[in-house]
Amino acid sequence: MSLLEIKNLHVKVDNHEILKGIDLTVNAGEVHSIMGPNGSGKSTLAQVLARREAYDVTEGQIIYNGKDLLEMKAEDAACEGVFLAFQYPVEIPGIGNAYFMRSALNAVRKYHGLDEMDAMDFLPLFREKLKLLEMDEKLLNRSVNEGFSGGEKKRNEILQMALLEPKLAVLDETDSGLDIDALRIVAKGVNTLRSPDRAMIVVTHYQRLLNYIVPDFVHVLVNGRIVRSGGPELALQLEETGYAVPA
Amino acid sequence: MSTNLDTIRDLAEREYKWGFITDIEEERIPKGLSEDVIRIISAKKQEPEFMLEWRLKAYRHWASLEKSQAEPKWANVKYPAIDYQNIVYYSAPKQKPKLESLDQLDPEILRTYEKLGIPLTEQKMLAGVAVDAVFDSVSVATTFKGKLAELGIIFCSFSEAVRNHPELVKKYLGSVVPASDNFFAALNAAVFSDGSFVYVPKGVRCPMELSTYFRINAAETGQFERTLIVADDGASVSYLEGCTAPIRDENQLHAAVVELVALDNAQIKYSTVQNWYPGDKQGKGGIYNFVTKRGKCAGVNSKISWTQVETGSAITWKYPSCILQGDNSVGEFYSVALTNNYQQADTGTKMIHIGKNTRSTIVSKGISAGHGQNTYRGQVKILKGAQGARNYTQCDSLLIGDKCGAHTFPYIEVRNSSARMEHEASTSKIGEDQMFYLRQRGLKAEDAVSMIVNGFCKRVFRELPMEFAVEAQKLLSVSLEGSVG
Repeated sequence: MSLLEIKNLHVKVDNHEILKGIDLTVNAGEVHSIMGPNGSGKSTLAQVLARREAYDVTEGQIIYNGKDLLEMKAEDAACEGVFLAFQYPVEIPGIGNAYFMRSALNAVRKYHGLDEMDAMDFLPLFREKLKLLEMDEKLLNRSVNEGFSGGEKKRNEILQMALLEPKLAVLDETDSGLDIDALRIVAKGVNTLRSPDRAMIVVTHYQRLLNYIVPDFVHVLVNGRIVRSGGPELALQLEETGYAVPA
Repeated sequence: MSTNLDTIRDLAEREYKWGFITDIEEERIPKGLSEDVIRIISAKKQEPEFMLEWRLKAYRHWASLEKSQAEPKWANVKYPAIDYQNIVYYSAPKQKPKLESLDQLDPEILRTYEKLGIPLTEQKMLAGVAVDAVFDSVSVATTFKGKLAELGIIFCSFSEAVRNHPELVKKYLGSVVPASDNFFAALNAAVFSDGSFVYVPKGVRCPMELSTYFRINAAETGQFERTLIVADDGASVSYLEGCTAPIRDENQLHAAVVELVALDNAQIKYSTVQNWYPGDKQGKGGIYNFVTKRGKCAGVNSKISWTQVETGSAITWKYPSCILQGDNSVGEFYSVALTNNYQQADTGTKMIHIGKNTRSTIVSKGISAGHGQNTYRGQVKILKGAQGARNYTQCDSLLIGDKCGAHTFPYIEVRNSSARMEHEASTSKIGEDQMFYLRQRGLKAEDAVSMIVNGFCKRVFRELPMEFAVEAQKLLSVSLEGSVG
C-alpha cells in the first residue's frame, strides 16, 4: 500500500480553481519533487496536504496511510505524521523555541498514547538536533522565529521535522531565501532524515536544491495539473528548457 | 516554566470552579446605608472614636455625591444603575468572639479555603507565604503572625490594626487615597469592614510573600475591604492578593481601597490575580469590581511595583497608580486584563511624577474575546519640579474573534521640558496563520490560542512570583474557554 495516494484532486481558493485534477502516488522511502512556475499550485498542494481549512477541496480524494486525509483536522494530520516545512515560518512572540517544540512533540506523543517528555529528557534530544542543523544554542530560548534571519527560520523548520520525525514531510520552497552555506546545511539535515519509512515531497522553484537533495521522482506542475513526471534528470532538463510543455 | 498542556485542557473544560457556596451561619445587618448603619459597623468592630468620625465624614461626602448623581460615568463600561439601598453592608461568619488559634475557626471556612487551594493550617502552608483570609466582610485567619512578629513585621486584619496599632492607622489611613478621593473610595471609607494591614519596620526585608485571599460568600452583600501597607525606611515587602466568589445570578458590588506607602529606600511589590465570578456566557451575574489602588513613593529611592492579572469580574474599573514624590523613586505597572463573553474592563494606571529623576514603566496587555470590551486608560503626569523624569509605556491589545473590542485612552501631561516619554502601542488579532502553524505541529486549537495568549502576556507574567505565574497562565486558559469555534 502506498503511503500517500492523491486522486483527481480539485481545489478552489476564493472560488478560483487552483488545482485541476492532481494524481500522485508516493511510497514510503521515496523523495518526490514538485517543480513548476509561480502560481502553478505547488504551495496550494502543500497546504492542502497539511489540511489548511481555507482551501476548498471540490473533488477527488487523498488517502494517507490508509486513512482519508481530507477527514482530518490540521492537528490530527500532524499527529498522524504529516509535517509541513513552511515557506514563510510564522513568529510566535513570547514563546520560547524549546518550549514550543516540546509542546508540539508532547501533543504528538499524547495522541499516540505515549508519556509526555519532561524538560530534562527533552533538552539533550533538542541539543542533538540543533547540532545536526548547525544552529546556535541561543535559539533554544528565543521566541519562535522572532528576530530569526531567513536562513535561521528555514533551519528551524527542519529542526522541528527532525524532532517530530514525521512519516510524510512536505517541504514548501525550503530553499528560497537561503544562501549557499545555509542551503547545504538544510539539505544535510533533510538527507539525514531520509529513511525507508519516511516519504518527502519537496516543492521548489529551482533545480538548485535538487543538487543537494536528490529526488527519486520529479513532477512538473503547470496551471494546476501535473504535466510531466520523470526521474532526477527531468529537473536538469527543465533548467535548460524552462517549464513550457514540450510540443 | 512547566505548564502542562494537559492540566490546562482539563481546567479549560471546567466551568468557573470557584463558584460554590459555603453553608455557614452568618451574621448580617439589614440592607441599606445610613449613618446608623455606619455606627453599627463601627460598634461591631469596637472601633475607637476617631475611626467612627472618619467613617461618618466619608459617608456624608459619599451621600452628597450620590445625591448629585456624581457616580463616575466616564469609564467605558455599561451597567444598570446600582441601588445602594439594596445592598447588605456587613456580613460575617458567626464564630466565637476571639480566636485563640486556627483550630477554633469554623471548619466549614477552613474547608472552603482548602477547596480554593489555600490551606490555612500553617503546617500545610507552602513555605514562604503568609496568608490573611478575608471571608465576606471580615478577616478570618492570618497565618505566620508569630514568625513575622519576631522581625517586627505587623501583618494582621485591618480591624486588629485599628485596635492594636491605632497610631499607625491614624497616621497612614487615607494618606494616599483620601476618603473624599472618588465616589467608590468614599463609599469604601464609610463602610469598609476589614482587610489587611502590613507594616514593615526600618531596614527589614520581609522574608516571605504576604498574601490576602478574598472570598465573597454571602448573597446580596457588597464587599468593601481596605488594605494598607507601609514599608518604613529601607524596608521591602512582596504582597499577593487573590479573589474568588460564588456563582450568583445577581451582580455583586466589590469596592475596595488599597493604599501603599513606601518611605526612603523602601520597596513594595504588589501582585494581584483577580478572579471574581465573571458572570455566565450570556453576561448574567458577576462581580462589579470598582477598586481604587494607589501607592505613594514618599521617600527617596523608593519603589512601588504593581502587577495585576485581571481575568474575572463582570466589570472591572481599576487604576493602580503611583505618586512618585521622593527623588529617584520608581513606579511600575504591569497588567494583563482579559475579557471574554460579556465582560467589560476599563483599567490602567496613573503615574504622577513629582520628585526629581523619577521613573515609571507601564506595560499593559489587554485581551478581548467573545463580546468582551477591554479599555486601557492611563495617565502619565510630569509636574514642574520633576526634573529628569522618565516614562516608558507599552500598551498592546489582542483580539480573538470579531465581536469584541479593544480601546486605548492614554493621557500624557508634561510640565517639565527635561522629561523623556516613550509610548508604544499595538493592536493585533490572533492570526489564522499563527493558529495554522501551531496546529500543523499537533497542538489543538484551544491549546494554540492559549500558547499565543501566554506568549503575548509573557512580559507581565515574568513579574509575578513563580507560584502566581503558573496560576495566572492556567487561569487565562480557563477564561478563554469557548473563545475559539
